[in-house]
Amino acid sequence: MRKQFISILFGGIFVGAVALSALVAVRSVHAGSPASPASSGELKGTVKVKGTVPKPMHIDMSQDPKCGSGGATEEILADGSGSLANVVVYVSAGLPADAKYDPPKDPVVLEQKGCTYRPHVVALRTNQELKVLNSDSTTHNIHPSPNNNRELNQSQPPGVPFSTTFAREEISIPVKCNIHPWMRSYFAVFKHPFFAVTGKDGTFDIGNLPAGSYTITAWQEKLGTSVQKITVGESETKTLDFVFKAE
Amino acid sequence: MKCFSKTSLIRKTSRIAPVFLAIFVCSLGFGQTPAGQTASGQTVAGQAPGESKIGDLTGHASSGKALFRRYCISCHGVHGDGRGESAPHLDPKPRDFTRATFKCRSTPSGSLPTDTDLFETITRGIFNSNMPSWRPLTRQQRADLIAFVKTFSARFQEEKPGAPISIPPETPTSAESVQRGAQLFQDMNCWSCHGKEGRGNGPSAATLTDSKNNPIQPFDFTTGTHVKCGEGGSAMFRDLMTGLDGTPMPSFSDALKPDQAWDLVHFIEALPAADKKGIVLTKAEPKAE
Repeated sequence: MRKQFISILFGGIFVGAVALSALVAVRSVHAGSPASPASSGELKGTVKVKGTVPKPMHIDMSQDPKCGSGGATEEILADGSGSLANVVVYVSAGLPADAKYDPPKDPVVLEQKGCTYRPHVVALRTNQELKVLNSDSTTHNIHPSPNNNRELNQSQPPGVPFSTTFAREEISIPVKCNIHPWMRSYFAVFKHPFFAVTGKDGTFDIGNLPAGSYTITAWQEKLGTSVQKITVGESETKTLDFVFKAE
Repeated sequence: MKCFSKTSLIRKTSRIAPVFLAIFVCSLGFGQTPAGQTASGQTVAGQAPGESKIGDLTGHASSGKALFRRYCISCHGVHGDGRGESAPHLDPKPRDFTRATFKCRSTPSGSLPTDTDLFETITRGIFNSNMPSWRPLTRQQRADLIAFVKTFSARFQEEKPGAPISIPPETPTSAESVQRGAQLFQDMNCWSCHGKEGRGNGPSAATLTDSKNNPIQPFDFTTGTHVKCGEGGSAMFRDLMTGLDGTPMPSFSDALKPDQAWDLVHFIEALPAADKKGIVLTKAEPKAE
């Protein structure tokens, strides 16, 4: 009897400790806040490709005359100097594990125009609204195929906007329109704000980055990933360039 | 429920004073989380892990496991990932339960099916596939199987099934309704996959894949109205509104009003006998605008 009492007593202490640590854990999730812009650093750079890049091919869209005169493939989009567009550059490691960043209130917009996705690669935050517009006079179906988020497949007639969110980080989710099988986009979903998509000149700019040592990853849909490590000091602007090799 | 999962954890670690501890912990205030809610605020299915609820029937995963090993693993695999011994020979491929993506649902695209949806699927089987009807098993056995199938994905613990879509009373079938449906079949680009005559031979048909990149064929409506997830008008109405997740078939819940969906169903129902009834399939070729 006495033994049982002692075991209950210890059990109680143990449980108390568990309850306390659980409370602390919950609190610390909310404690992490975005860096104050005053002391934060910045990461800039250019993404290039070396080697022969396949030229964009004409897309025959004649199966649906409402699509217009056709388009061009965008799998690898490089200019004359090899500057690569549509590359997602992001912090893949080095951020505090308990940091939590609230999603922005403004939606990210994806437009379907001329039976093509604009932009071709969409980067957004977890639980941030993704607003999908159909500016064509034909019906599309927006069909992301994630591995770590829920699959979604919604028919979208002309002019009816559609919104959705993604709950978990995933880089990247292929997106199709099955009605127009040439249409292809990618969604990159981040739980933090430290990412950028390169423009036509291949440049990217990740601002408000707290001082620290980071792993930076560049992702391109056909060329894969390239990884580098970098340390950014307080109020420091660092330059980091990536070079992909085309076959 | 939250309360019990925590106590079982503690029980494993401390290995002491089992029952008293459970009561003690609950009274400590762990029970403050509202029933059916996780710490992150997401609502869970309102049932214990490892259980299914079909009407007044409660299924248990512990019993379903043995049934699954006996009847299901040859196709769905021991890990429920759809990679059983027979899987390479099957088309379409067996469902991968670890993804919790299901074709036959009463719930919106992207949301989990209800337990009853899953129960009806194994009861009915999936037409045009290798999934047979499991009606020979008792209702209790089928409920147990559902409880076990749900253990393959954590989503069933984290999320609640979507609210089932409502199926309003069917509008009268008439030549006008069929004609309106024919126009919708064109405007909604159904023909891109299903073909202008509904034969499953549209211009995009050859490009279609399921969510695992296996080729998949659109339904040939001239073969009848026995579609994958059931038979008849209300089954097709539901499939139009929910979409068949994991396949290229989208949800039209935002695109069609209920009356329009019924018009489309009436047109599709008329397709097998279109020639005999003299139905004009499409009024005009799609025009460039």
